[in-house]
Amino acid sequence: MAIDIYKINPEFRDIMPQEIIDLEENATWAQNQKKPRGIKELPDTKELLEEHSLCAGCPEAAALRYVLAALPKPEETIIVNSTGCTSLMFPHIALHTVHSLFGNQNAVASGIKRSLAWRFPDKVKDVVVLAGDGATVDIGLDYTLQSFFRQEKITTICFDNEVYANTGGQESGMTPKGQVFKMAPEGKKFEKVKMWELATTSGCHYSINMTASAPKAVAKAVREAILIARDIGPTYLNIYTPCILEIGLSANEGLGEMKDQDKDRFASYKYVSDEAAAHLIKCKEEGLL
Amino acid sequence: MSKITDMTATKNWSGQTLVTADHMLFEAPRTKHFMTGSEVLKEAVKRCTVDASVSYPITPQSEAAHLIGELWAEGYVGMYFRGENEFGVMAEVAGCAMAGSRTITTTSGPGTLRAMENFPQWSGTRIPCQLILMARGINSPLTIQPDNLEVTFMLETGCMIWYAENVQELFDMSIAAFIVAEKPDVHVPIVTVVDGFFVSHTRESVMLPEDDIALFPYEPYKSPLPPIDSETPPGRFLRDPFVMKSNYISYATHASWQWEVRSAVERSRPYAEHFLGGLLHETGDLDAEIAFITCGTASHQAKEGQRELAKLGIKSKVIKLRTIRPFPTKELVKSLEGIKHAWVPEFNVVGWLEKEVKTALYGKSDTNIIGGPRVAGGMSLPAEAIIQEVMEVLNPGKGA
Repeated sequence: MAIDIYKINPEFRDIMPQEIIDLEENATWAQNQKKPRGIKELPDTKELLEEHSLCAGCPEAAALRYVLAALPKPEETIIVNSTGCTSLMFPHIALHTVHSLFGNQNAVASGIKRSLAWRFPDKVKDVVVLAGDGATVDIGLDYTLQSFFRQEKITTICFDNEVYANTGGQESGMTPKGQVFKMAPEGKKFEKVKMWELATTSGCHYSINMTASAPKAVAKAVREAILIARDIGPTYLNIYTPCILEIGLSANEGLGEMKDQDKDRFASYKYVSDEAAAHLIKCKEEGLL
Repeated sequence: MSKITDMTATKNWSGQTLVTADHMLFEAPRTKHFMTGSEVLKEAVKRCTVDASVSYPITPQSEAAHLIGELWAEGYVGMYFRGENEFGVMAEVAGCAMAGSRTITTTSGPGTLRAMENFPQWSGTRIPCQLILMARGINSPLTIQPDNLEVTFMLETGCMIWYAENVQELFDMSIAAFIVAEKPDVHVPIVTVVDGFFVSHTRESVMLPEDDIALFPYEPYKSPLPPIDSETPPGRFLRDPFVMKSNYISYATHASWQWEVRSAVERSRPYAEHFLGGLLHETGDLDAEIAFITCGTASHQAKEGQRELAKLGIKSKVIKLRTIRPFPTKELVKSLEGIKHAWVPEFNVVGWLEKEVKTALYGKSDTNIIGGPRVAGGMSLPAEAIIQEVMEVLNPGKGA
């Protein structure tokens, strides 16, 4: 498909806000197919409406732009999301997205990926799960891990803000030990779940723990993860996108928080299986990286 | 293993000749077989050009699920795998169907309840997948026995619900179910119910068309929402006013969508009438003054009761409901004309069918509706129990 992936009904065009028209005209997904797309194009393209529903300064919005800019083949990419803050973003982009239920995102993605592989055996169609830590690690953990066990060829991206933010700031499994949040009035009693390690031992061929402080690094990880998932097997990215609201930061302090955590809870973790590493070399030779 | 690219204009990927549902159900010559419900479901799926099936074991449904797996191994079903639990399976089914695949799965009792959150999500996304529900009891206490209490939980999910009495009906209904669910003006999920064990594990005579024919494939682009396959612009029904804004547009959008799902179920009526030969079916003495309103295996038992009553000189008829959603209100009102008393025998303790009947008939019929007899927890429903209920009304104090 589908260069014209996002088209405004002509009858409504005259009442559309300019940014929605911009999304149609400047979400130039197919223009850069001869070379890898990347974050360098972010100033000139539009991935996400400015009037999205996230809080001012929320690092998730920036991280989503990095992810979208790094998709190897956006017009053939399905993003499966889940309930939570991340679900607020997806009505405001120009790609196929699915919201089903809270926590079932990897199961839905498994069905979509297998269905697309059956229906379009000669086409590349990428399926990416993008959900928060509550969806990925708490309510949806079974489905996340089972999709890894089954070697589903999907990329799972967790925007880890270490809290149930959309419901008002409750403790999640990814909250660090000792943190006081709602439902943890005396501080969290157990350690943050090391989901990136679980991903490695559960069959992912590529697992990374990082923050969204460095756009280039996020884009590289996203691209590598999707290319490996396309041909080898499941991949996992755990990306810190702090909830500045719930940890008491101002709108301009998200980046600083992520940089601080680059050296702490989100100190770089990267696992690449031998098979995936060989595949990345091949992708580089083919100009996909 | 078959490939979808092996399909031609006249043959599906397994080499079966493509035919219409009318040909399959009404015209193709049939031969007699002797099969269980699980086995006959395999035969139905074999003839339906099914793209996908996801399975999970539970008694008594497991055999049907793994027989569909055999069809995949034999090249008749495009893809098949075992999911992690029923919640996951129904989500995987949703993914398969959203991405444009004709998809079927099966479950029973506790599995139905574990998966429950998915069913209104299925109808809300307008996927035309099929669930074969082999009803069994719901815990606690632990039971694996036949009981159809679980159906009451399915009634307001926005899915169509058909109810098969026996092995033959299961075969014919499960084929027609795909076609009706996939009609562009319907396009909602369909739940085909049978009573577990009584149908799934009972061997009966059944007439089947040859297995060298199969339904034309599902056409996912003839749907109210585009499939999630990146071949067409996305259906953007998850707009911000719909979900996250507290304003009238948001409320109205959500409300109208829910009405539309229910309207789609109602629009299935003419198709169901055509393929099922009516939303209900009458047997017995059609000029009787007493009747039994039933579905599933209770219909079979009520028919036996009707025959025994006839020996006593008491005329009665059995009104078997083939569809529960849509509910055949108009047909039932007509069928009850001249009926003084009607019993609703059921295989559950709550009497969900009695409640459905009474709600539908309120202000529309003068017939005295009597709930029962009811059995549950695996009990059978002997004709004697039905006759006793009748006699206590017709001959008060004297019994049967």
